[in-house]
Amino acid sequence: MFAVQNLRHAYNGQDVLRVDAWQVEQGAHWLLLGASGSGKTTLLHILAAILRPSAGSVTVAGQDLGALPPAGLDRFRGQHVGIVLQRLHLVTSLSVTNNLLLAQYLAGLPQDRDRVREVLASLDLADKGDAWPHELSHGQAQRVAVARAVVNRPQLLLADEPTSNLDDGRCAQALDLLESQARACKATLVIATHDQRTKARIPNHYAMQEVA
Amino acid sequence: MNFATISIGYLRARSLNTALNIALLALGIATITLLLLVTHQLEERMQRDARGIDLVAGAKGSPLQVILSAIYHLDVPTGNIPLKQAQEIAKHRMVKKTIPLALGDSYKGFRIVGTNHDYIAHYGAKPASGRLWEKPMEAVIGAEVAQRTGLAAGGKFTGAHGIAEAGSGHDEAFYDVVGVLALSGSVLDRLVLTSVQSVWAVHDEHQGADAKQHMSEDDKEITALLIQYASPLAVAILPRYINNNSEMQAASPAYETARLFSIIGVGVDVLRGFALVLILSAGLSVFIALYNALNERRYDLAVMRTLGASRGKLMRLMLFEGVLLALLGALIGVALGHALTEALGGMLKAAQQVAVTGWIWVPAELWLIALALGVGAVSAVLPAWRAYRTDIARTLAQG
Repeated sequence: MFAVQNLRHAYNGQDVLRVDAWQVEQGAHWLLLGASGSGKTTLLHILAAILRPSAGSVTVAGQDLGALPPAGLDRFRGQHVGIVLQRLHLVTSLSVTNNLLLAQYLAGLPQDRDRVREVLASLDLADKGDAWPHELSHGQAQRVAVARAVVNRPQLLLADEPTSNLDDGRCAQALDLLESQARACKATLVIATHDQRTKARIPNHYAMQEVA
Repeated sequence: MNFATISIGYLRARSLNTALNIALLALGIATITLLLLVTHQLEERMQRDARGIDLVAGAKGSPLQVILSAIYHLDVPTGNIPLKQAQEIAKHRMVKKTIPLALGDSYKGFRIVGTNHDYIAHYGAKPASGRLWEKPMEAVIGAEVAQRTGLAAGGKFTGAHGIAEAGSGHDEAFYDVVGVLALSGSVLDRLVLTSVQSVWAVHDEHQGADAKQHMSEDDKEITALLIQYASPLAVAILPRYINNNSEMQAASPAYETARLFSIIGVGVDVLRGFALVLILSAGLSVFIALYNALNERRYDLAVMRTLGASRGKLMRLMLFEGVLLALLGALIGVALGHALTEALGGMLKAAQQVAVTGWIWVPAELWLIALALGVGAVSAVLPAWRAYRTDIARTLAQG
């Protein structure tokens, strides 16, 4: 589904990331493991077409990201990649429904309220469509963030440290939710984490390489 | 979901600040709208009243006063002129048409004007009821006079000296109201019209009731003569001819009203400058609001990028927000300006001054709205550029 080769990324002249080769099948669920500062977030950003690597090739869903112009990257990201950020980052001045419609709008896709309702219902948020982000609990906000990431039925679903600061029960719930949503849209799932509790649940692991 | 939904969400999220920006802009726009509407109507009104009158011959004194008293009936006359000299002017080959005016008295603040039927025809007015005067001591009243005093055809009244409401009167000299003019939108609406002979008769009686002698033709006077030129050449000849060959002086309505407006114009300019300062400070305030908002919003902007928005889209979003604020301010300002003008019109009406209404549009208002939108767009340029430059990966990494 995606393939990364000879990837290097430097920041301020210093190498911060190195991935020699990593290949993942469509629909597979993977953990991206590494201590904080090991470049997990940077790699997620590269896979999400948020960041262009300094060197190497990245192919996602059959598309060589290096060949796309900036506007093409934006469109690709909006339509094929869903991202759940560590800090969730809901747009606080918009209602829950509008946060999801925003994802459709900015991706350049038709705005489909039925799809929004369907996603919210699947995440047990059916009655939260008109709520404002500040009215939500952390768990609800995380589910809205997941809903926003999957509303466009992405082929690649990325999550950055979704279980940090969660107790064991909620940690399991969060993983369940990401896996079930990824399955629902047949998306490839990559979870960047340093949380040891996740290892038992998802068998595919990629450990960040040391930067030479 | 579109730009408007996003921008309105943000504007509502900081509603106090939004209200301040809209209020600043609206006040500036309202002030300029008021000035535009009032000066437009005054100029139009003054031009309409002076249309077709090329020159006024009156007693020596201030030429502006001659125009204000003889055309607009807003001031006292400079004095009287001999009828014989006025008649000579009327016969001049450069003169096409003249209308005599004999002023002096008023009824309840409305001026009594002794003239002939040409004066009414000049403004295209017609009686709404009754007829025009035929004999001395018959009078026709303007529509506003009828409305305010309750006089109607068949009524009687006596005049008072001057234009003050309570001057000493001519208690025995009754005028018969024989007609009421239809509303013409001209100065006639505020006048009581009669023949020149009536005015003479009232004052004749007043001056020498016991002498029982009428004024000789030589002594007869009128107050002013309205003149229409026979040819454009007259402008070079007639004023000088009048000033050099008679006791009268010639005053040009076009020149004197232009002079009057240049005097009023200073005050208008000061107000307009003040309003522009308000608009500019509104622009500055919008700029500061958007610039600060950028800091609060940089994660939102980064998130929008992760959702597929291009740099250009975020830049347009910021510009849109600036323009939307300006549009709200401009529309509220224009509406407020019209409401204030209408209120001012009500006050002026109570004071029997010129009619001003808020229910008209002038094309310059479109320019005003365009100016406001421009100010909004310009204030948003720098914030928009910063939104364009946001580095999403770094912003998210900081988050």
